[in-house]
Amino acid sequence: MTRSELIARLAGSQEHLPGPDVESAVKAILERMTEALASGERIEIRGFGSFSLHYRPPRLGRNPKSGETVALPGRYAPHFKPGKALREGVDLETIAGLPLMESA
Amino acid sequence: MALTKAEMAEHLFDQLGLNKREAKEIVEMFFEEIRTALERGEQVKLSGFGNFDLREKKERPGRNPKTGEEIPITARRVVTFRPGQKLKSRVEAYAGTHR
Repeated sequence: MTRSELIARLAGSQEHLPGPDVESAVKAILERMTEALASGERIEIRGFGSFSLHYRPPRLGRNPKSGETVALPGRYAPHFKPGKALREGVDLETIAGLPLMESA
Repeated sequence: MALTKAEMAEHLFDQLGLNKREAKEIVEMFFEEIRTALERGEQVKLSGFGNFDLREKKERPGRNPKTGEEIPITARRVVTFRPGQKLKSRVEAYAGTHR
């Protein structure tokens, strides 16, 4: 499912909000989530999961083209930890044996 | 303080002028749709933010950390999140200003 498919599904499954409003809402939600993480704030969605930042310490890397060693500074990377309901919901399907689908 | 669904709904109310009930509902449904798609075995790709992928894990040996007893960790399907380029670079900028 892509972002535009998500918008279409949300627009189709409720009657109050027309498509363009759903699109703005999805955009605003994702932007607010990005903003939170960019300012070091965690995101906690019960049942779904939580997003936080993990610190990656500085390391020596290599420029793959020139072979030159470069010092890479420490940085933060976004991390997602699925919540209990999502973890269990996704795993139940393993038992049912449904195949994985690639999104188009 | 962590960002929650309530605060996201508040943001939609402030920013887009949705009424509180609509805002709350769309935030709720946003996460529900993503969860449902993943539960059906569908990958979820939110451009600019990141991808939620599903991975099949084989059974592997594990241990009860309390008793030290060996018990296999059963085969399972798990969700992983791969942040998109835009999210990654926005988050890296945080490190720059705070270290």
